[in-house]
Amino acid sequence: MEKIQLSINGSVRTILIDSHETILETLRNRLNLTGTKQCCNEGTCGSCTILLDGKPVLGCLTLANRCVDKEIVTIEGVSPGNDLHPVQKYLVQDGGLQCGFCTPGVVMTSIPFLEKNPNPSRAEIREGIAGNLCRCTGYKKIIEAIEDAAEEMNR
Amino acid sequence: MNGPIGKPTPSIDGVQKVTGQAMYTDDLRFPNMLFVGLLRSPYAHARIKHIDTSVAKADLDVAAVTVGTDLPISFGVLAISPDENAMAVEKVRYVGEIVAAVAAETMEAARNGVKKIIVEYEPLREFLDPHESLETCREDEQIHSHTKDNKNIHKTAELRFNEPEKALGNSSFQRKESFKFAGVTHAFTEPHSTIAIWNGDETLTVISATQVPHYLHKNLSKVLELPMHRIQVKKPALGGGFGGKSDPFPHEMITAYLSMKTRRPVKCTFSREEVFITNHGRHPTQIEMSVGCDDDGKIIALDTDVIIDGGAYGSFGVVTSYYNGVLLQGPYKIDKFGFRTRRTYTNKPQCGAMRGHGAVNPRYAIEVILDMLSHDMDMDPCDLRQINFLPENTLTVGQLRITSNGVQDCLKAVRKKSDWDNRYRKLPYGRGLGVACGFFISGSALPIIWNRYPQTVVHAKLDFDGRVVMFSGASDIGQGSDTLLVQIAAEELGIPMDFVQVETADTKTTPVDLGSYSSRVTFMAGNAAKVAAEKIRNELACAIANEKGVPVDDICFSNGKIFTDDGTLDILWEDGVEIAMAGRGSFVKSGYYISPKMGGDFKGAGAGQSPAYSFGAFISEVVVNSDTGAVNVEKVWAAHDCGKALNPLAVEGQIEGSIHMGLGQVVSEDMRYEKGQIMNANFFDYRIPYSVDTPEMDVTIIESNDEEGPYGAKEAGEGPIHPVLPSIGNAIFDAVGIRMTELPLTPEKILAKIQEKN
Repeated sequence: MEKIQLSINGSVRTILIDSHETILETLRNRLNLTGTKQCCNEGTCGSCTILLDGKPVLGCLTLANRCVDKEIVTIEGVSPGNDLHPVQKYLVQDGGLQCGFCTPGVVMTSIPFLEKNPNPSRAEIREGIAGNLCRCTGYKKIIEAIEDAAEEMNR
Repeated sequence: MNGPIGKPTPSIDGVQKVTGQAMYTDDLRFPNMLFVGLLRSPYAHARIKHIDTSVAKADLDVAAVTVGTDLPISFGVLAISPDENAMAVEKVRYVGEIVAAVAAETMEAARNGVKKIIVEYEPLREFLDPHESLETCREDEQIHSHTKDNKNIHKTAELRFNEPEKALGNSSFQRKESFKFAGVTHAFTEPHSTIAIWNGDETLTVISATQVPHYLHKNLSKVLELPMHRIQVKKPALGGGFGGKSDPFPHEMITAYLSMKTRRPVKCTFSREEVFITNHGRHPTQIEMSVGCDDDGKIIALDTDVIIDGGAYGSFGVVTSYYNGVLLQGPYKIDKFGFRTRRTYTNKPQCGAMRGHGAVNPRYAIEVILDMLSHDMDMDPCDLRQINFLPENTLTVGQLRITSNGVQDCLKAVRKKSDWDNRYRKLPYGRGLGVACGFFISGSALPIIWNRYPQTVVHAKLDFDGRVVMFSGASDIGQGSDTLLVQIAAEELGIPMDFVQVETADTKTTPVDLGSYSSRVTFMAGNAAKVAAEKIRNELACAIANEKGVPVDDICFSNGKIFTDDGTLDILWEDGVEIAMAGRGSFVKSGYYISPKMGGDFKGAGAGQSPAYSFGAFISEVVVNSDTGAVNVEKVWAAHDCGKALNPLAVEGQIEGSIHMGLGQVVSEDMRYEKGQIMNANFFDYRIPYSVDTPEMDVTIIESNDEEGPYGAKEAGEGPIHPVLPSIGNAIFDAVGIRMTELPLTPEKILAKIQEKN
């Protein structure tokens, strides 16, 4: 076990971890931040996407001790106590989710994507979420939700 | 309709899902909880000679170890083929079958504990191919001792009407073709997960990612020998099913047993590899099909022979066997009709129900053959289909009762929108259009476990606070059934949706619903919910009429108000509730749904019977790269008759999701095995379409307004997958002139056919 400090959603947590533990395991099993989902646990589905210093990373392929001295944002930290982020709002409103299991990963991928590409084309959105597996929606309404979010954020 | 019915309505749990607050089974944890590790068989077929658990049991972090002989009672979703055990007893029948299980203090300790169990096996002859199972199995080699004639045949389903084989010989145009389909799997994103809690009052609570709490409840009771009234099964948020969570599973029995044994909460969550190994997906299928038409293009006969590779256990296989045949009775009128399906046992993970259950592969076959026939007789394939459609309100040859039927409108819509008449057969080489149709049941009219009860009951409770709570056993698996229950109550009572909440899928607090499979929930639970809410409204109306002296029939409920059109009554919903509660308090009203009696009196007549059928017609546009064989599906025009779209947002979502899943099966998905070992148990090697692979989708909802459906509704969750696959197969023919008869249509196969043709 090793003792580390992690900055998660703006608060600093001191915890004991196993050296080989992924940040996904740390978040879910030690910190009870279960909004980040474990779907494939091998980097193929995007369900465990979190932000590390603002960049999306896969929680299942990132060791917890590599997150020290970095700012972690999880799905729980996207809109704490506030109105939903436009991406979240339009995923709900446009029907861009069904079972919802991939949804936190879609949100965590889309937010930094829209920060980098405030006026994305449909093709760019498809590329932007190409690492997120959704088995329910056929992606159409997810793509429309991201378009609508972009439009609102540009207003 | 003034309320939310028929309006695009976001999921009531959408905000919880986008914020990470929705709790799925693995997100739950309980004090003092143990974790399960499972020991799985490395052999496809072997006798278990000895299991030594002593070293594992001695491990201080291991709380309990269990093996097959601890739970010897077999189970299965169908009461007619309960052929599976919680853990292998005497022998293993596929690579990955569970042989023993450990409950330990941590997940890691559970994995370590499993490694300390020693099993001695004696390998047996493996049957990996359905033909070996059918043709070469010798006495005493069978996978299951109960199969007849020393063969590994689980089920032979056969129905014949009016001697189709004779008519085929006399038809003007005839095609006899062979097709082969790889197995595919559901690949829902949430892995299987179960938590069991043995309570202080000697009752068992099982929280599980299941589509059918009721069947799990029944099978837990059987295997654990615990009466049903002492078992509670609950489904929390669930991350996709598509049929893959509709069987009761071994790990659910094991987790429950380990909780009983240790008297502690126990959790079991699968890895992605374990999800693939568990499978229960669509059967690998071989089809020989003959279809004959007369000079005018009318279909006169169909005969088909099907072999489905069931894997090691029964699952829904008896139903699958029938569905491969009986669901060819529509959407076309075919009076001389026959099929035989043989489901074989093989030493591989079992197959079961998957979206479009049993009917997806034969649908590909018939729609491709119709396309061939249209070319043979130089007739437009849309025209050929159109002249053969079943009418409304008719019986098929096997006495399926067709009521509302919007298939004509579906075909007209996609034909127009795709500009078919100007583009089909006229596009440049490499680009093509293809058409296909389909139909599907809105729930099975017969419950799979025979009983005299309704198929669903819904309770609606009204209390002082003005809130209505809908209690239903229906499982929201992402399709939006919880939202539907709220919409219906809000519609019937004329109140905003936030006055209505749900309690669902909990066998202790909610009345029995048979589960989320066979596209039954909107039709059946929807009808029951409507009745329950209507009764609440009537109760309110009577009390108000009595107190206010207005005629009960004049009272309207709308927009949170209760009023008469002449203005003599105009009160708020809350005031109406206060009047109805006076002297009696809160009350509950119930609605139920039970299918009308239908079907013939021959053996197998019940298969495919449904109170209503959905219909659809799709056109796909593809681009085929003739140098590489790669297919790009650019656009799909989809028209689906769901009777009445109670929530158009959800209906579109089901159609779009079906296009995605159908596309996966047709172009890339394939459960590959070597010597019984699955070779692609991950999302790298089992290729599912991602956002970049998804075609443009143009969805048209056709509303035929079924008389028996709630507000006219029929199903939308499974029917839309059927036309997807053959519309793409037929579009490839239009693009490059090759007939693809083996799925998936990989670039290698397409390139080989193109080269063969040139």
